[in-house]
Amino acid sequence: MNSEWFVEFWRYRELLYFLAWRDVKVRYKQAALGASWAVIQPLLTMVIFTLFFGGLARVPSDGIPYPLFSFCALVPWTYFSTILGHAGNSLVSNAQLITKVYFPRVLLPAATVLSGLVDFLVGGVFLALMMIYYHVRPGWSLLLAPLFVVGMVVLAFSASMFLAALNVRYRDVKYALPFLVQIWLFVTPIIYPITFLTPKMRRLMVFNPMAGLLEGFRSSLLATRRMDWRLAGISAALTLILLVIGALYFRKTEKTFADIV
Amino acid sequence: MSEAIAVEKLSKRFILGALQRDTMLRERLISLLRAPFRPQPAPNVLWALSDVSFRVDAGEVVGIIGRNGAGKSTLLKVLSKITYPTSGKVHVDGRVASLLEVGTGFHEELTGRENIYLNGSILGMKHEDVAAKLDSIVNFAGVAQFLDTPIKRYSTGMRLRLGFAVAAHLDPDVLVVDEVLAVGDAGFQRKCLNAMEGLRTGGRTVLFVSHNMAAVENLCTRCLWIDSGQVRMDGSPREVIEAYMNTFANARETMADLRSVKNRRGSGEIRYTGMEYISSAGEPINVVRSGDAFTIRFHYHAEKPIVFPSFGLRLYTEMGALVTDTSTWHHAIEIPVVPPGDGYLDLQVDFLNLLPARYYFSLWITEGGAATPVYDNVEHCAQLDVELSNIYSSGRLLDSRSGIVYFPQRWQIPEPLLVGAADKEEAK
Repeated sequence: MNSEWFVEFWRYRELLYFLAWRDVKVRYKQAALGASWAVIQPLLTMVIFTLFFGGLARVPSDGIPYPLFSFCALVPWTYFSTILGHAGNSLVSNAQLITKVYFPRVLLPAATVLSGLVDFLVGGVFLALMMIYYHVRPGWSLLLAPLFVVGMVVLAFSASMFLAALNVRYRDVKYALPFLVQIWLFVTPIIYPITFLTPKMRRLMVFNPMAGLLEGFRSSLLATRRMDWRLAGISAALTLILLVIGALYFRKTEKTFADIV
Repeated sequence: MSEAIAVEKLSKRFILGALQRDTMLRERLISLLRAPFRPQPAPNVLWALSDVSFRVDAGEVVGIIGRNGAGKSTLLKVLSKITYPTSGKVHVDGRVASLLEVGTGFHEELTGRENIYLNGSILGMKHEDVAAKLDSIVNFAGVAQFLDTPIKRYSTGMRLRLGFAVAAHLDPDVLVVDEVLAVGDAGFQRKCLNAMEGLRTGGRTVLFVSHNMAAVENLCTRCLWIDSGQVRMDGSPREVIEAYMNTFANARETMADLRSVKNRRGSGEIRYTGMEYISSAGEPINVVRSGDAFTIRFHYHAEKPIVFPSFGLRLYTEMGALVTDTSTWHHAIEIPVVPPGDGYLDLQVDFLNLLPARYYFSLWITEGGAATPVYDNVEHCAQLDVELSNIYSSGRLLDSRSGIVYFPQRWQIPEPLLVGAADKEEAK
């Protein structure tokens, strides 16, 4: 991994903003609901979860009202899962560009990751509104929330790089992706708190980097819960490892993209 | 003179029949499980480029010609770092801008203005640069009134003009252009050629793939002929183009066989048996261009000794108009006797004043200056295809709509009339 890669990335940063802006613009331009899509998805899911998991199944939520509990996790999760889907296909759907112009290919999944942040922000606004509605007073731990967000962005980026590169070679990856994401949803403590799990299952949870990041995010916002530093630390480390793996795989297969896309 | 491009033993291989290899992850996993160490079936390969080597100095304008599928576009892609060599080395000095397809990066939903910025960014321009040149770009493309309409409403012509307008305002060290001028009306093509001319005078290095021979000849200082993935010829545009054009015509016989022509008049004691064209280099050719120098060789067969014959030809247009009637008699050449047997004589053309079209020959052999051909008269027995050429060095393609003949000429315009010509070009 030589420095040239980073230098090029930096040199093309304007293009990155452009591609991200293009994605956002197109998403919001003609869709009548536009920005609200960013909110409707987690909102509706939250309602359904509240009805079925919170209401019927009576899943506990650590003393926090269930709607808030689940919405707090759903906003970052929606961002994460949408990014995985779009970025995974970003190279193939931009085949025209890849075969005609030179630019660092990694800009394509990176642009998707960046453009998704706009959705995240919109969702975040609603989250803040919800917190106000439930009279939740955040403590100093609120300052940690951005850190976890950064962690999730990096994780999304790593997974995107890997999946995008893989999808160019094996086209059925994009079909397997929604299925994988669904499973990932259930093995991450979104619907249920981590305290819901048995100690043995909790130990297995360390393998899911999203678990630590999401829990950490939730804890930092809703100060009534204790921060699980150990889990967060492991998740952060895993995220960094995945970043390196994703980047290396991408770089290795980059040269063949134009030939097989 | 610094070197802008250095290509050394470049080879590029493509794998055909992608379906043979697993393109689905589940297939790959299955085949991995079944036989973990069995390699994938050996694929069919295509060597798009084999052992290509050449160097280009800064400031050269190189035209690249060749048949479709010869490897020209692949070469450009490797130079643009879109695809990578299978073996060999490529080095390019300076910023490369490639125009491999017009409108790369256009997004349908965005407006013309937004797409100019996007396209510029993709081609490597900074935001400020695009902003500074925006007016110039819009004028060049002629889309001022549509600037804030989404691109999806544009016609193909408008997209083309816009795409080229952006690219024409790039400031690269090396510009690589692939046949984008093939589309577009005559007025636009002129604009593009002017823009490229501007680049040449600006000292940029340009690589230009085209099938427009007149443009290549007019713009380029050097020409590369790529054939089946290799450099077949590298030299001055005129030479290379001529050699290239001749291969096209080689599908037909270079010698017209006149022995078996049935409807001929005359006694037949001496008659034409064949006719061929020979280039100034001595090679048989089938196609000549306006302005070329070449030789027509007439083969004959005499049954018995013939005294004072004259050999001649008539040249007709496709419409049947007589272009010229010439013979050895017109030149007051006396041939005392032609011995029996086979022989030939040559007519050397110094400068072919014919415009591009197809012409037909009628040949005759007669006695002295006799009006009626005595020995042989074959009508419309051979053809001559005259190809396009940059006859007035203007880059304009003139064909038979401009007449039958032309002559070397120059326009002399009084100075006062030429004042303001440069400004008018800018405003276009």
